[in-house]
Amino acid sequence: MLTGSLVSGLGLGSMYGLIALGFHVTYAVSGTVNFAQGSAVTLGAVLGYMLGITLGWPMPLAVAASLAGCALLGIVVERILVRPFVERGSDAWLLATVAGGVVLDNVILFTFGKEPRSLPSPLAREPIDLFGTGIYPLQIVIPVVGLAVAFAIRTVFRRTDLGRVLLAVAQNADAARLMGIDVRRTVACAFALSALLAGAAGLLIAPLFSVSAEMGTLFGIKAFAVAILGGIGSATGVVLAGLLYGVVEALVTGYLGSGYTQIVVFSVIILALALRPDGLLGRAAVNKV
Amino acid sequence: MRKLSPSPMTRRLALGATALIGLALIAPVQAAEPIKIGLVTALSGQSAKSGEAISRGIGLAIDEINAAGGVLGRPLELVARDDEANPSKGVLAARELIQRVGVVALVGGLDTPVSMAIVPIANQMKVPFLGPWAAGTGITRNGAADNYAFRVSAVDALVDEALVAYTVKTYQAKKPGMILVNNAWGESNQQGLTAALKAAGLPAAGIEKFEASDVDMVPQLTRLKEAGADTLFMVGNVGPSAQVVKSLDRMGWTVPVVSHWGPAGGRFDELAGPSAAKVHFIQTFTFAGNAAPKAVAVLDALKAKYPAIKSMADVTPAVGIANAYDATHLLALAIGEGKSTKGPEVRDGFYKIATYPGLIKTYDKPFAPDRHDALGPQDYVFTRFKDGEIVAVSN
Repeated sequence: MLTGSLVSGLGLGSMYGLIALGFHVTYAVSGTVNFAQGSAVTLGAVLGYMLGITLGWPMPLAVAASLAGCALLGIVVERILVRPFVERGSDAWLLATVAGGVVLDNVILFTFGKEPRSLPSPLAREPIDLFGTGIYPLQIVIPVVGLAVAFAIRTVFRRTDLGRVLLAVAQNADAARLMGIDVRRTVACAFALSALLAGAAGLLIAPLFSVSAEMGTLFGIKAFAVAILGGIGSATGVVLAGLLYGVVEALVTGYLGSGYTQIVVFSVIILALALRPDGLLGRAAVNKV
Repeated sequence: MRKLSPSPMTRRLALGATALIGLALIAPVQAAEPIKIGLVTALSGQSAKSGEAISRGIGLAIDEINAAGGVLGRPLELVARDDEANPSKGVLAARELIQRVGVVALVGGLDTPVSMAIVPIANQMKVPFLGPWAAGTGITRNGAADNYAFRVSAVDALVDEALVAYTVKTYQAKKPGMILVNNAWGESNQQGLTAALKAAGLPAAGIEKFEASDVDMVPQLTRLKEAGADTLFMVGNVGPSAQVVKSLDRMGWTVPVVSHWGPAGGRFDELAGPSAAKVHFIQTFTFAGNAAPKAVAVLDALKAKYPAIKSMADVTPAVGIANAYDATHLLALAIGEGKSTKGPEVRDGFYKIATYPGLIKTYDKPFAPDRHDALGPQDYVFTRFKDGEIVAVSN
């Protein structure tokens, strides 16, 4: 039971982490998030299915095009649903991005249909035996990708010129603009990356489960909880929180029964936030005057 | 110029003739004003395919009835409303159909919660409600003194008895486990299965629930496995049901799965992979592998009326079509027996139906005041997926 729960939990948990990284990226750069992340998860998987299965494109091409589609979605969301409000000092982007997600979900419903479909992958065909528990190779690939992406983002922020640009925009957008940094383009890039990460998560989980117009909704909500739990300003914290969330969820279901899952998991989140209000690895914002 | 205008006499004659022709045209239309039947079902969203199946079954039956002269000398006409699988929208649609359109009877859809919401209105307004799909026990067994709810479909309480009997007979089950969706439908079957197991003198290994959006059921299934379950009862819609099968595959646990009819609601075999064929589930009817002359004739008629139907997959699941087809014919007989379109007379008309050779079976006194369900366990067939089609297990 323990191995099974751990493997299930780490697999799902790294998905939550990957989507939550999307919240982290835009928050770190602009202080805003895209609440349509769940819809970007759906879009990634649905585009992958439509291009790769319905239209019969080669899979690598279909995956690349789907990710590009998600990145484009991120740019559109920032341009239409976030920037106009932020520039007028309004917080209405909160609702605007939620509304955008609802619109996108329903557009997908119209075009893709409500019926769940299957996206096969050679990595999710034959289970392999790991400590007496059967798992698909894809279930190992997913956490590896999650951790690698988190590490890459951390490195970019800390060690590259691009990272310094991003940090500069995050700390003081006006000052950054005076230094010749194109703030608008930087923020747009962050939103593109954010939606791309969500789309990648959608493509990765689709073969394990199924492709449907509503697959991303719950993932989006859980990922936001994970982002807050991990400390939305910390890439490492977000991914660790994702893994933790997934494992706790699977262990509670395994040992206490599924009726208790949501009660216990969300109680744990409340408790964790009471003890560490800025998240596990988050830091309280310091306003320098 | 004056010469060209018709004389007053000619004009009067022309007017008279027009009036006569008009009367001649209106008179027969008035005599055969259609009897309207209301349909409240999901025509959009997740359950849209079920609504389409029900509409087709009713449409074909109405064509046949009207071709044979209609009922009480009047043709039948269907007026459909979309409930979007939402109980409050279903209630609004039912009220509108009864009060403004003036329907003689209502036909329901797939979703038990919607039907449960409409039945009290039907009882209160004394308009018969006929369920062709939703299986919730309380729809027909609603406790009302004046019950207007009838059904031509499966009933959860009876399905659960059939599931237990089948599991014992086919797999010699001694300790079955339950894996159920966490909603009203799962709840209804948890009670039904628990009662049926108790009646059969069997213990339950455990009762596990999943959310409709859950994607990994390994933890729940592991609990059932460790509790010593030798068979599984599954209740859930097609998506999560497929996840149960995939989770079993990953665990390498080959346990027999006997299911309510959730898997029939979509592409179960595509979603669940090769192991889909191992799941046996209940149906009231299947066209595939059915050589009965009536089944063949109805399928041909469906293809002729609805060109969109090309293969067996387009009439899968056949439950909605077949139940709605038989239900419409039974409703027409009830109106005929009641000799009236008034609700109480139609309701009593249902009790007077003697025999009707239907698509699912030959109905012999299908309804009585204490029996509002025309189908019972003897009419259920156990089926499985084979090459994208739903076929009887015995095939």
